[in-house]
Amino acid sequence: MMRRIALTLVIVMLACGAKPAAAERLVVSLSNHRVAITSSFVGEDLVLFGTIEPDAGKTALRSAYDLVVTVTGPRQTLRTRRKQRVLGIWVNVDSREFVRVPSYLAILSNRPVAQITQQDTLRRLQIGLDNFLLPQRIGPDLADTVRDDPFRLAFVRLEIQQALYSEIGSAVTFLTPTVFRTAIPLPADVPTGNYTIDVKLFADGVMVARTNSALEVTKAGFEQYVADAARDHGLLYGLATMLMALLTGWIASVVFKRD
Amino acid sequence: MPVNIFLVLGMGLAVGYISGMFGIGGGFLMTPLLIFIGVSPAVAVASVASHIAASSFSGAINYWNRRALDLALALMLLSAGIIGTATGVWLFTTLRALDQLDLMIGLSYVTLLTIVGGLMIYESVRAVVRARHGLPATIRRPGSHTWLHGLPFKLRFKRSKIYVSAIPVWAIGFIIGFVGAIMGIGGGFLLVPMLIYFLRVPTATVIGTSMVLTLITMASATVMHAATNHLVDAVLALILMVGGVVGAQFGARTGQKMRGERLRLLLGLLVFAVGLRFAYALVVQPDDLYSIRLLGGE
Repeated sequence: MMRRIALTLVIVMLACGAKPAAAERLVVSLSNHRVAITSSFVGEDLVLFGTIEPDAGKTALRSAYDLVVTVTGPRQTLRTRRKQRVLGIWVNVDSREFVRVPSYLAILSNRPVAQITQQDTLRRLQIGLDNFLLPQRIGPDLADTVRDDPFRLAFVRLEIQQALYSEIGSAVTFLTPTVFRTAIPLPADVPTGNYTIDVKLFADGVMVARTNSALEVTKAGFEQYVADAARDHGLLYGLATMLMALLTGWIASVVFKRD
Repeated sequence: MPVNIFLVLGMGLAVGYISGMFGIGGGFLMTPLLIFIGVSPAVAVASVASHIAASSFSGAINYWNRRALDLALALMLLSAGIIGTATGVWLFTTLRALDQLDLMIGLSYVTLLTIVGGLMIYESVRAVVRARHGLPATIRRPGSHTWLHGLPFKLRFKRSKIYVSAIPVWAIGFIIGFVGAIMGIGGGFLLVPMLIYFLRVPTATVIGTSMVLTLITMASATVMHAATNHLVDAVLALILMVGGVVGAQFGARTGQKMRGERLRLLLGLLVFAVGLRFAYALVVQPDDLYSIRLLGGE
């Protein structure tokens, strides 16, 4: 049902926002639009399938395509801090705030993005971790810095370490020249919320078609309940935890009562 | 947070064993252990508070049944302890916003544990040496009156048979509450010596009284941390509690078989070692100079 709605959505979006120059059409489908994180969740690979179709009897399909899939998680604001030795001990001395950046970012393509198209196109379309806009708060303004800014490098490196950011130049496989599949790697601690999936098709370094899809990650069961309670009802949650502690202590004193 | 349940349960058991053996809450061991296995210091401090509340409640019940507990003194300490805890939670929140919380927690541990551990080692080694020379192992009690007894607002605590000024009682209560909230420790290993040396509380009531205080400060620290910082992890806390209370029962049995000064020497060494471990973590260059902290999502 969900899949059908999503598919219809994709088609509707394509119909409305189709690029006039495009001779190709992208149709994609996701194995699962709603990922539920339960206590046993250890990460999951979501499979995205798609086909390239000629647009209503136009020119024949070309022989070689390139495909880039960009998956973006819900936005969040983070602070990256740098330690420095002060009087012999390591102290956080400097920090940068990254404002409304994706909590999850995966760039999946059939070959390294630098080989797909020109640098200025990559930059304009925000393809690749180097080219994705990661705005930092600089004084009163928000701006992305140069690619080799030490804080930006450190931020991206730490996010890659946590498997939240990734750029995989071999993640998209063409099963036939016009049918492709890719796996979106979701780590165990994947952030919850709405994800957008942006699929871009290139031929000879030029974007010829583009479509998008969506995905929702939710927590399920006990975990969800506990996480929600901790955030929304801090005081009640604290009182409940305290009562739990007293109960545990009391049970222990009863169970282990001597003589 | 991907932390192994069995590892945490095992740590709860081990720390519970030690805490039962020495008659302490074990927060000063539990919090560092959690930090060393990768729980963020902020969450560790906040969650351990509830773990200590559980173990001190079961201890307090025991002492209450044996009437080895001075409720009046505990309540007096507490009136200042709550203010100390609130101040501690406030400072905790402020430091966290300034990105200096982890540093502060580390520094507090180094300072407190090396000093307390060093003093305990010194005192118990002397006692052991005295015992070996055939002298009584008991520590000489200094003169019965110090300047602390000259202070105004005197109060009489019947169960403990002491007559002291309210000022040092409040000061001690405040310090314990404050330190507990910042460091995630019950403060039993600080409170017991302070009560004995400064207020001359007899050994019969000192541990029970300390447990009541620990119980209430830690229970309120749990609530305050949960309400202000949203850092208490109830699942983590529950696993720790269960491990802790079970371990404590077995530890208590071992503790009763050991000689007092030996026990204090061991505890002193343990406290000192944890302090050194924290010093090492502060001084050695971290693997990664950069770290990320979440400010807010949407």
